[in-house]
Amino acid sequence: MAVTDYLRERFFPHMWCPGCGHGTVLNSLLRAIEELGLNKNNIVMTSGIGCSARISGYVDFHSLHTIHGRALAFATGVKLSKPGLKLLVPMGDGDALAIGGNHFIHAARRNIDITAIIMNNRIYGMTGGQFSPLSGPGKKATTAPYLTIDREFDIVELAKAAGATFVARSTTYHAKESIEFLKKAIDHKGFSVVEILSQCPTHYGRKNKEGDAPQMLENYRNNTAKIGSKALADDPSLIARGIFVDVERPEYCQEYDQIIERAMKE
Amino acid sequence: MTKQIMFLQGNEACVEGALYAGVEFFAGYPITPSTEIAEQLSGRLPERGGKFIQMEDEIASMCAIIGASLTGKKVMTATSGPGFSLKQEAIGYACMAEIPCVIANVQRGGPSTGNPTHVSQGDINQARWGTHGDHNIIALTASNHQDVFSITVDAFNMAETYRTPVILLLDEAVGHLREKLILPEKGELPIVDRLRTSVPKGVDYHPYLPREDGRLPMSDFGGDHRYNVTGLFHDMWGFPSNNPKVVNELLRHLVDKIDNNIRAITRYKEHYMEGAEYILLSYGSSARSAIHLAQNRRAKGEKIGVLELQSIWPFPSELVREKCAGAKAVLVVEMNMGQVMAQVKMAVDEPGKIFLANRIDGKLITPSDIKQLLRVIQGRGV
Repeated sequence: MAVTDYLRERFFPHMWCPGCGHGTVLNSLLRAIEELGLNKNNIVMTSGIGCSARISGYVDFHSLHTIHGRALAFATGVKLSKPGLKLLVPMGDGDALAIGGNHFIHAARRNIDITAIIMNNRIYGMTGGQFSPLSGPGKKATTAPYLTIDREFDIVELAKAAGATFVARSTTYHAKESIEFLKKAIDHKGFSVVEILSQCPTHYGRKNKEGDAPQMLENYRNNTAKIGSKALADDPSLIARGIFVDVERPEYCQEYDQIIERAMKE
Repeated sequence: MTKQIMFLQGNEACVEGALYAGVEFFAGYPITPSTEIAEQLSGRLPERGGKFIQMEDEIASMCAIIGASLTGKKVMTATSGPGFSLKQEAIGYACMAEIPCVIANVQRGGPSTGNPTHVSQGDINQARWGTHGDHNIIALTASNHQDVFSITVDAFNMAETYRTPVILLLDEAVGHLREKLILPEKGELPIVDRLRTSVPKGVDYHPYLPREDGRLPMSDFGGDHRYNVTGLFHDMWGFPSNNPKVVNELLRHLVDKIDNNIRAITRYKEHYMEGAEYILLSYGSSARSAIHLAQNRRAKGEKIGVLELQSIWPFPSELVREKCAGAKAVLVVEMNMGQVMAQVKMAVDEPGKIFLANRIDGKLITPSDIKQLLRVIQGRGV
């Protein structure tokens, strides 16, 4: 199938700004799904609120565009009630780690078979450029005219600590790498997290003098390195890319099936 | 065949009713005084292949049942005051996206943490207007375990019929009281199942295009029809729209689908109402004391009756106006500062005849509490 077969073209053009990285993430995601040969009827995409969340409207899957921060809680209900479905949950900074942070760590703790795709653009884009829990200190935002003092979350470390059984990070510059990570994440039985650094030239890039979209993509090339690489060993200030966790642990819905078996016997 | 008779809590009667109605999925978070509903269903659901999940918070519980409902399951959550507050945004989502679900709110004293282990009926208005924006809602209640059972069945039936969240407004006194329940046999009470679309595979299915009768047939997630569900105003495909015509029509549809069916939704009971000069209008555990008083006074020849409401929202204004028309006075018996009384005053022709007999200190209102006010109104002194 062509990638466009996974899109609801009648709902285009999309609402993302020129140069936004989210379209690249969508592209990588659809290619991953195409390469895995998944049936569209078996995929449910659940999203929250924000630029990233609009992905769910554009894809020709069962799509559930919910409320801010709660996409993983909705997805948990869908998955547990029908475990045969594949659950994909694209999220932005706020959905995943601010208002939705609690659901993120608990979905990871349960190891429920859901794929969380976190599009990290270090800003609240839809509301016009307020800092997020991923912005980090010293950044300019409409709610930080004197620069941010908040430290940022490291999504990889947080996901690992909370119990996610697959954790990877890539960028929109590394679109092909993202496809590989997304394929593995979707195939993984358990809670999988793929963080993709995604540029927001309109609100983050402009305010923080990081240039336009091509410049921000260049930065992703120059400021990141594969885990285990010499470049990363030589310069630990680079952001590590790669698969950080890929382990097997009991999956929540499978465990619940055993509860049903026990309950029916007694 | 002899009927099965149980001795149980009101919360357990609610569980029995939910199972009878066919609940398949429950998500919840522990909170007094509703916790027994979650505890019971954690055991009862998997026995029949259903699913129970204890979520990380009240909000997540509400969201999880909405997700589960979209896969075609009958779903429920249970909570109390603070948890009911937390669920409101997601309840609004279920209103907007028209997703059947049942929310039991076993009321306790509020605001805030309030009086967790004591009775109140303070969430009447929150059930109606807790979530933001214009919308409509169904809220049901009951005063004894037999009625808790059947009203719970009604709640599931109405959620499916009208594609809406239904609030079960129970209270701590009924929830924790133990009394008899005669379990209805299968088929004794009607059960409404999910109305699914007959649109075949490959044909464009419009999830938000109502049929002539106003109902919206659903298609389960995982089925042949892939569509969008959103909390934004949306067109007949479920795709976001801010087109004024679309917004106007959807909001009117959400309000009208319930208001236009108020007769079918209204549930009430009359006790000693023949020729009643004084009417005690009540609901939930308060109605038990009202009925007790009416029974005693009738025995002494006084014409006192009880109009017991079992559906609070949409408020049955016409019924209340009609039933209260000939009365010398109507005492609204409730455990709040007059939330239903305000509705009654708006419904009747002579609001000056409406009085509030309330108690708000966490104790169940007693027949003598009501009698004291009644004597004053009757001009018989304090």
